[in-house]
Amino acid sequence: MFLKRKDLLTIRDLDVEEIKLILETASSFEEILTRPIKKVPTLRGKTIVNFFLEPSTRTRSSFELAAKMLSAELINISAKTSAVAKGESLKDTAKTFEAMKIDALVIRHSSSGAPHLLAKFANFSVINAGDGTHEHPTQALLDLFTIKKKLGKISGLKIAIVGDILHSRVARSNILAFNKMGVKVTLVAPPTLIPLDIEALDVEVRYNLNEVIKEVDVVYLLRIQLERQAEALFPSIREYSSLFGLNLERIREIKPNTLIMHPGPINRGIEISAEVAELPNAIIADQVESGISVRMALLYLLLGGKTGGGG
Amino acid sequence: MKYLIKKGRLVDPANRIDKILDILIEDGKIKAIDQEIEIEKAIIIDASNKIVTPGLIDMHVHLREPGREDEETIESGSRAAIKGGFTAITSMPNTDPPVDNASIVEMILEKASRVGLARVFPVGAITKGLKGEEISEMADLIQAGVVAFSDDGNSVMNALVMRRAMEYAKMFNVPLILHEEDKNLSRHGQANEGFYSTLLGLKGIPAVAEEVMVARDLLLAKFTGAKIHIAHVSTKGSVALIAQAKNEGVKVTCEVTPHHLILTHDNLMDFDTNLKINPPLRSREDVESLREGLKDGTIDAIASDHAPHARQEKEVEFDLASFGMVGLETSLPLLITELVDKGVISFPCLIEKLSANPAKILGVPGGKLSPGSSVDLVIIDPEEKFEVKVEKFESKSHNSPFNGWKLKGLVKHVFSQGKLAFFEGAFLELKEEQVFREGAKKKVTL
Ligand SMILES: [Zn+2]
Ligand SMILES: [Zn+2]
Repeated sequence: MFLKRKDLLTIRDLDVEEIKLILETASSFEEILTRPIKKVPTLRGKTIVNFFLEPSTRTRSSFELAAKMLSAELINISAKTSAVAKGESLKDTAKTFEAMKIDALVIRHSSSGAPHLLAKFANFSVINAGDGTHEHPTQALLDLFTIKKKLGKISGLKIAIVGDILHSRVARSNILAFNKMGVKVTLVAPPTLIPLDIEALDVEVRYNLNEVIKEVDVVYLLRIQLERQAEALFPSIREYSSLFGLNLERIREIKPNTLIMHPGPINRGIEISAEVAELPNAIIADQVESGISVRMALLYLLLGGKTGGGG
Repeated sequence: MKYLIKKGRLVDPANRIDKILDILIEDGKIKAIDQEIEIEKAIIIDASNKIVTPGLIDMHVHLREPGREDEETIESGSRAAIKGGFTAITSMPNTDPPVDNASIVEMILEKASRVGLARVFPVGAITKGLKGEEISEMADLIQAGVVAFSDDGNSVMNALVMRRAMEYAKMFNVPLILHEEDKNLSRHGQANEGFYSTLLGLKGIPAVAEEVMVARDLLLAKFTGAKIHIAHVSTKGSVALIAQAKNEGVKVTCEVTPHHLILTHDNLMDFDTNLKINPPLRSREDVESLREGLKDGTIDAIASDHAPHARQEKEVEFDLASFGMVGLETSLPLLITELVDKGVISFPCLIEKLSANPAKILGVPGGKLSPGSSVDLVIIDPEEKFEVKVEKFESKSHNSPFNGWKLKGLVKHVFSQGKLAFFEGAFLELKEEQVFREGAKKKVTL
């Protein structure tokens, strides 16, 4: 079975069956990570471009590893080397890569909707690796995978997402993904970081983290961008941290098996204290590990069904 | 030359006419309007099953000349206007350089008269360089021929500057056309702030960014006694504020665009940059109250905010795309299809908002068909169906989200400034007589 779509642009496009298929496939790929030679020939002969116009270490290298483990050819293009930075339009970029007969392009871009624009002009698969403040669908998928692995289920869980919801593409994708999988989502942030009408996505909005963390199975923290203070979205990092940061004091009353997650990179001492980040139920490294299997699954499900592929 | 327009349904709201009548045009002027006019030696235009109206007036048009002639010129914009049924248009002042001195006004009027199609009424800048700091030389601009003042997209943020502009403009009895947007509240905004901006991760332009400025300017207009016209009203709150101000006797009028009456922010789901406009597409609730405002008279006029943009300004990431869509060639059929046909407003009401009222607000001729006046007249087939094809536009720019829409209501013939400019859906490039001899004899008896 493969995904019957050319692109992965948003979580909103995926139905529950597709999400389940991705997670199951990721499970079967996970074993490869434990082998001494971490490589299968599944996507031999396929060419994948990693097109990252915003700095990113973990997502870029995660896609790179996933592609290489599947034996695909991988080209890395970053903001510094890209012609887009020199004024080439995304439309021209699409046409250029089309001429090079690539099979897929993984895009990270600072503009919401940029992957849609590229996909409109491209015949190859486009995978959104984070666009502006819109979505980061593979992050949501790897988070689902991690939670399933750790807690054995997803449906029926209660998850709090804490932090800068307004500017977070991770929050958008995760809200949508959690919702689809039957999770009850609570958002916790100062009102200045809660986007308008988000309640229409069937989430609860609360301001008191101390109360919420006692009730949930997962506390999902978002990275707080330090420049938001300058936009008057909160008065100081100090005050933000005192209200919404996770420290040992604050988590004393949480249920013992509550998971603490973060898409990384973390600001130690701001949204999470160093001590909390090192607790066994802080599973930030597991998330990174899941990322590789989930991205392998996705590349396979999007490209493996097409003729010309290896394996 | 004489023309006799036979058996059309004449819709002339300014003269309270809505009935089947004949119209005799002689030497570019209306000679008679009556039942069953019989006359020898006139060109007869059969208007049965058609609607005959005063030439339409679009009071919010960006012609891009001078500065961006690649996007639109006075000539291409005039042609687009005529094809869309508009015999008069304004030209908004945010050109490069902006219309803040007499010489540019003269240039625009000069070119428009050389083109000789639609009447072009220049709008002058409220402030020098559209910077919102010092008021422009309004007397000079008036002398040169502007009919109103506006800084359009560059809202005048400084309330004191706006107060002075309102006071000063009272000398000329022309309206200030105000694009209402608090630039701090809307900063970096891309789309209406609400569920869809949230879902799509686009920075929001909240309804209050418009409403606080509407409220401020209504208060200032009340205080100064100035005449103001609120451009492209887009929110329920603005409609309510304007209705209240009108009740209190504030000299305020306002307009709405066809797209704000028809589209909503959920249309943005595919990041179509042709839908990126300012003010942004709002919610269904806003659309409903705009329609109510149109019906109850709170909203006086419909204007397109025709904003041509080159392809490279639109085929880019959403947050980098320019704001605006073209409208001259789609306004009328959109309004007929979506509002008149669906029973939201009547034909006379539509024509009033597109002719009589804009003429009144701007204090310009036209907007009605009266004997003796130079004829600006449009004959519309309200039933003819067609598909919008941007590549067929007269406008140099194709940034319309309505490409591919199937609409009803087509402009067939247009008299502009006393001359037959458009006949059987085509421009009269040749001398009138020639055209009749060559092609159209079936339809016209000499
Ligand atoms: Zn405007
Ligand atoms: Zn405008």
